Amino acid sequence: MDESWRRAKGVFAAVGGPPIMWLTFFFLTPLAIIWAYSFGENKTLVEIAISGTLSNYIHAIQPLYFGIILKSFVFATFTTIFCLILGFPVAVAITFAPEKTKAWLLLLVMLPFWTNLLIRTYALMAVLRAEGFVNQGLGALWRGASLLAGIIGVRLGAFEPLPLLHNTFAVVFGLVYVQLPFMVLPLYAALDRLDRSLLEASLDLGASQFTTFRRVVIPLATPGIVSGVLVTLIPSIGAYLTPDLLGGPQSMMIANIIERQFKTADNWPFGSALSFVLMYLTFLAIAVQAVVARSRKTRSV
Amino acid sequence: MSVLGASRRSLLSGLGAAAVGFSLEGLSGCATRYPRGRNGEEARLNFYNWDTYTGKTTLQDFKAATGVEVKMSLFATNDELFSKLKAGNPGFDVIVPSNEFVTRMILSDMLEPLDLKKIPNRINLLPAFQDAAFDPGRRYSMPYTWLVLGIGYRKSKTDGVPDSWKWLMDSDRYSGRIGLFSQADDLIELGAKYLGHSVLNIPTNMVDQIAEMYIRQKPHVKIFHNDEGQDLLLAGDVDVVMEYNGDIAQVMQEDPDLAFVVPKEGSIINSDCLCIPKGAPRPDNAHQFINFVLGAKAGAEIYSTIMYPTPNAAALALMPESYRLNPAIFPPPAAMAKCEYAAFEGLRRAQLYDETLTRIFAA
Repeated sequence: MDESWRRAKGVFAAVGGPPIMWLTFFFLTPLAIIWAYSFGENKTLVEIAISGTLSNYIHAIQPLYFGIILKSFVFATFTTIFCLILGFPVAVAITFAPEKTKAWLLLLVMLPFWTNLLIRTYALMAVLRAEGFVNQGLGALWRGASLLAGIIGVRLGAFEPLPLLHNTFAVVFGLVYVQLPFMVLPLYAALDRLDRSLLEASLDLGASQFTTFRRVVIPLATPGIVSGVLVTLIPSIGAYLTPDLLGGPQSMMIANIIERQFKTADNWPFGSALSFVLMYLTFLAIAVQAVVARSRKTRSV
Repeated sequence: MSVLGASRRSLLSGLGAAAVGFSLEGLSGCATRYPRGRNGEEARLNFYNWDTYTGKTTLQDFKAATGVEVKMSLFATNDELFSKLKAGNPGFDVIVPSNEFVTRMILSDMLEPLDLKKIPNRINLLPAFQDAAFDPGRRYSMPYTWLVLGIGYRKSKTDGVPDSWKWLMDSDRYSGRIGLFSQADDLIELGAKYLGHSVLNIPTNMVDQIAEMYIRQKPHVKIFHNDEGQDLLLAGDVDVVMEYNGDIAQVMQEDPDLAFVVPKEGSIINSDCLCIPKGAPRPDNAHQFINFVLGAKAGAEIYSTIMYPTPNAAALALMPESYRLNPAIFPPPAAMAKCEYAAFEGLRRAQLYDETLTRIFAA
């Protein structure tokens, strides 16, 4: 294997070169520039002096900003939990569906990706707003109910539309809606590889459906759960569009603050520092998770 | 002290040049399609403008008059305009920044001085707009419109005219039906206006006082919007909203139940200006275009569409009464007397206002 790789150097360069160049120029270089800015200060409106100062980082971990970072983690955690609760049954259903239906169900899961996120978010606004579809539907039901109540002589008040938009509920709802496919697909991939005979063995040996699910399915699906949780959690922490359009002032997340630093506040060094604090924390969380997972594995052996 | 000595502009321009190059060339198609005009420039022009901010036939009329074809691209905020040009001009000939950003761009050496000899139509401007504090001598900018912030409201849902900032900032009378701007500087400067201070040189302790006022008011505020207050008002999401007069005047044509008032404490005036950015590829066409827009007929055609107040006396004379006497477009002089221009007061202040807004939102 090693030998053939060495002999096919030309092929390797041809295949690997463009992605590596792409990664270097369009990912690592801009990231390095932003990293350098995080140690800089504004000199004029268009000039940043990279002076090696830590003041941006000190500013970024003040309670005001750290609190918003924490809040973003909390929102993202709730989003991930809801996605897991909703996504697991969906993934199980797709796994055990007949082959033909399976393809259609997977297509349905991926269908939202055919529409731009911005358009989907605006559509969600049309659903949730005070004169939106949900409130209109509830309003119609309420009018029906008050008609019926009128017959038996009870008076219902006027319909008050539910506050569904511009609050924390709307943000988490929107995030779950956006992230759900990212949870379902890795879960499905893990469950689909699962050896069915293990389930039959467990059931034959007297375990109930629930015990089989808890002791056999979940442990075997763990790699899928972990990757599903990571690809849901990390983008949710940095979500920008959803809290911006669906949220109120209270549900502002850290990406909205970062965006303002690069636009209205014109404070690129501070925005860069905030971005990197977020990135360090995410790395830290992943590292802790990996260490915990490894120690658990060694213990179980 | 600069270790790398790198400026944002030099770092980015190297990276951005390639991408920007093909985006604008792609936009304008094959360059050879455009014949050269008498001034030796290609007969085309890239105009970077706000949305819904030209007349229906302005660009065609300009082409008929001069043979120059205008490609218009749109920006939504001054920040967007500024950051697009910060890394070097990607090929725009005429831009429309607001007064504060005219200052910022002059300070950052991003504007080309105007050749006033090529803009004879500037005599059409009202005396008050012949000169401007944010651009002394009008060396870099020609006024296009002016705007004033105020309260847009739904007449059937308010008790009389809500003619004080109090109803937005410091009262629960319209609880749950209030829309405020999410722009830090406007919020804080108007807060100062409500407290009886000028919008300039607001002391730090007053900024704190204003922040506390907004934090108290927050439970009554339905939404902090990004300049789409007119749509929220029209859709019934809010009944009193902080917005620009022209935006409200546009929706008043659709719904007669809407109105606009400049609060009695006074407000902020803005002026959007035509400027030529540094490095504009076709400066002579740009001057021709600015001169054309300042003409009486072209101006009248624009203002009757966009419903913003005009700084152009000759165009105003051609306008119908429904525009000239519209109190949303031209608020009564008594209210306007207390209005003032905001000014760029340095980055430190912009950052203080931004942090204050974060504090208000997070509280």
